[in-house]
Amino acid sequence: MNAIDIQSLSKRFGRVQALDAVSFSVGKGELFGLIGPDGAGKTTLFRLLTTLLTPNSGTASVDGFDIVNDYLSIRSRVGYMPGRFSLYPDLTVEENLDFFAALFGVRARESYDLVAPIYKQIEPFRKRRAGKLSGGMKQKLALSCALIHRPSVLFLDEPTTGVDAVSRSEFWDMLASLQQKGITILVSTPYMDEASRCDRIALCNEGHILGIDTPNDIVRRFDAPLYAVRASNMYALLSAARRIEGVAECYPFGEVHHLVTDRGFDPSRFLGQLNELDDLSIEPVVPTIEDIFIKWMKR
Amino acid sequence: MKNNFLSFVKKESLHILRDRRTMLIVVLIPIVLMVLFGFAISTEVNDIKVAAVAPDRTDGVRDAVERLARNDYFTFCGYTDNRSIDALLRSGKTDAVVVFAADFDRRMQSAASGLPSSPAIQLILDASNVNTAGAATAYLQGVLLGAESQQSLFETRMLFNPQMKSAFNFVPGIMGLIFILVCAMMTSVSIVREKEVGTMEVLLVSPVRPFKIIFAKMIPYFAISCCVLILILLLARYLLGVPMSGGVAGIFSLSLLYLVLSLSLGLLVSTIARTQVAALLISAMVMMMPILMLSGMLFPIENLPKFFQTVSLLVPTRWYIDAVRKMMIQGASVVEVWQDCVILFCMTALVLGVSLKKFNDKLE
Repeated sequence: MNAIDIQSLSKRFGRVQALDAVSFSVGKGELFGLIGPDGAGKTTLFRLLTTLLTPNSGTASVDGFDIVNDYLSIRSRVGYMPGRFSLYPDLTVEENLDFFAALFGVRARESYDLVAPIYKQIEPFRKRRAGKLSGGMKQKLALSCALIHRPSVLFLDEPTTGVDAVSRSEFWDMLASLQQKGITILVSTPYMDEASRCDRIALCNEGHILGIDTPNDIVRRFDAPLYAVRASNMYALLSAARRIEGVAECYPFGEVHHLVTDRGFDPSRFLGQLNELDDLSIEPVVPTIEDIFIKWMKR
Repeated sequence: MKNNFLSFVKKESLHILRDRRTMLIVVLIPIVLMVLFGFAISTEVNDIKVAAVAPDRTDGVRDAVERLARNDYFTFCGYTDNRSIDALLRSGKTDAVVVFAADFDRRMQSAASGLPSSPAIQLILDASNVNTAGAATAYLQGVLLGAESQQSLFETRMLFNPQMKSAFNFVPGIMGLIFILVCAMMTSVSIVREKEVGTMEVLLVSPVRPFKIIFAKMIPYFAISCCVLILILLLARYLLGVPMSGGVAGIFSLSLLYLVLSLSLGLLVSTIARTQVAALLISAMVMMMPILMLSGMLFPIENLPKFFQTVSLLVPTRWYIDAVRKMMIQGASVVEVWQDCVILFCMTALVLGVSLKKFNDKLE
C-alpha cells in the first residue's frame, strides 16, 4: 500500500482551476518533492491531502484513509507544516512544543528520540519567544512541533522558503534522517536545486503535473542538445540567438543563456552567424531540472 | 484528551497575559466609562445661573429670591432690568431669568385665596439645551412657589431614584456595552488572529475537535469578564452609590448569562470575518451602533420611531439593560424580570448554536 494515492484530484476556487486532474502516488518511506513556482497548486494539494479542503472531483488517500470520508483519521496521523510560520510568536519555544504535544494527546518526552536531533539545536533558546527566533530556528521549531506526535506522513509546504542557504542544507539533512526512521515525507519547494535531495520529484505548474521521476532520471528525459552561450551584450544575444536557424529555445539561465537546439546543430556555424557580438562563446552543458521544467512548461 | 483541553486554556491565557496593552485596556475601559458616565456626563441639572427682574422689591419678592439663592441647584446672579434679559441669556451669563410682576404680592395673595388672577412670575429660559431648560423650569417652579404651594393640586414623589441621579441610569447601560466590547471583540479578534497567522490550519489538522478549540478560547475571556463584572459592580455600589436593591446575586447571574451571549456573538463574528481588522470593524460598527442607539442605554426606547422600536427587540442588550435597571434601581428580583431572562437565554442558545454550526473544521 502506498502512503499517498492521488487519483485525478481537482480543485477549483471560483474561476481559478487550482488543481486539474492530478494523479500520483508516494510510496511508504519515500521523500517526495513537489517542485514548481508560485501558483502551481502545491499549497492547494497540501491542503487537500491534510483534509483542510474538499476536492471538487477525484479521490485521494493518505495512509490508507480517504481524504473526504475518513478525514478525522488522517488528522491524527499526519504532521503538517504550512508554508507560513504557523506557531505562536508570543509563546516560548518550550511552550509551543508542549502545546502541540498536548494537542495530539502525547507528552513531549515520549517523542523525544524522534525530535531530539532537531530540537537539540534550539533547546538553548527554549525560554525565548518563538517570534524572536531567526528564520532557520523558527523552521526547526516548526518541524519539531509537526513531529511531536510521531506522524506516519509528514507534509512540508515550502519549508525552506525565506531560510538562509546553510540552514536550508541542514534542513534537508534532517529530512533525510527522518526518512531513515520510516516517515513518508511530501515536501514542496520553489527551488529547483533542492530537488536532487528527494527520492522522486513531481514538476508542477498551473495545477498540472508536468512529469514525475527521480531527480537523475528526470533530467535524462531532456532529449535535445543544450548549450550555454554568453556575450558581452547578453540582451542582444538573447534576441539574436532566437532568430538563428536550428535554435529551438533560448532563455536566460543565471549568468548565461541556455540554448536548446535541433539535432545536427553546429556550434561553430552559430558563432560565425553572430560574429557582430563581442566575446561570444558557446559550450555544451548538461541539462538541469530547471531546463527540463522550462521545456515541459512550454509544451 | 482532557489534558489537551487544559493546555488549550493555558495557552489562551498566556496569549492574554502576554498582551499587556490589551489587558490594560480591558481593565481601564470599564473604569473610565464608569467614572465618565457616573460623574462627568450627567443629565442632572446643577448650578443653574439665575437673574431676577423685580420692578418693586417687596418682602415677598425678596423672600422668593432668598430661597433661590440658598438652593444648591441655583446660583443667583443679581437683579437686572427688562431690557438686558435677552443679552444676558444670549451671552450665557445666565441660564434663566425670573421676572416678578410689579404687584407680585397682591397677585400671590389673590391666587392663594383662590381668586382669579394673572400670573405673578414669568420664567424666561435659555432652551438651547432642552434637558437643562426642562429640569430648570421644574426646579424653579418648586422653589419659587415654596410656602405658597400648599394649594398645589399635585404631590409628586420620585420613587427608586429620588434625586434623579443619572449615574443610576447609566450603570446598566455601561455594563451592557462593556461586555460586548470585552467579550465579543476580544474573542472574535483572537479567533480570527489564528486564521490570519495560519495557526488555525495547524490546529485543524489535529485530532482536537473545533468546539473544543472554541470553548478553550472562551474560558479565559469569560474569566476576565467576570473580573470586570465584579469591578463594575464594586464601582457602581461604592463609588456611585447605586442601590443594587434587587440583590447582587440576581444581577450577577443574569450578567453571567449575558457574558456567554457576548462570547457567542464574538464567535459568530469570527466565523464571518477573515481578518482581525474586519473582526474589529464588525464588532464595532455592526454591534456597537445598535447597542448605543437601540438598547435604551442613551435614549429611551419609547422615544424611538416605531420601526426602530421593532428593531430594538432584536438587540440583546436592550433586554439585559432593562432587567439590570429593574434589579439595580427598582429592587426587582430575578423572578420579576423572568421575561428578560428567558429572551436572553433564547438569544444565547440561538447565537451559540448558529456560530458553532458555522464554525468550519475545514478552510472553506
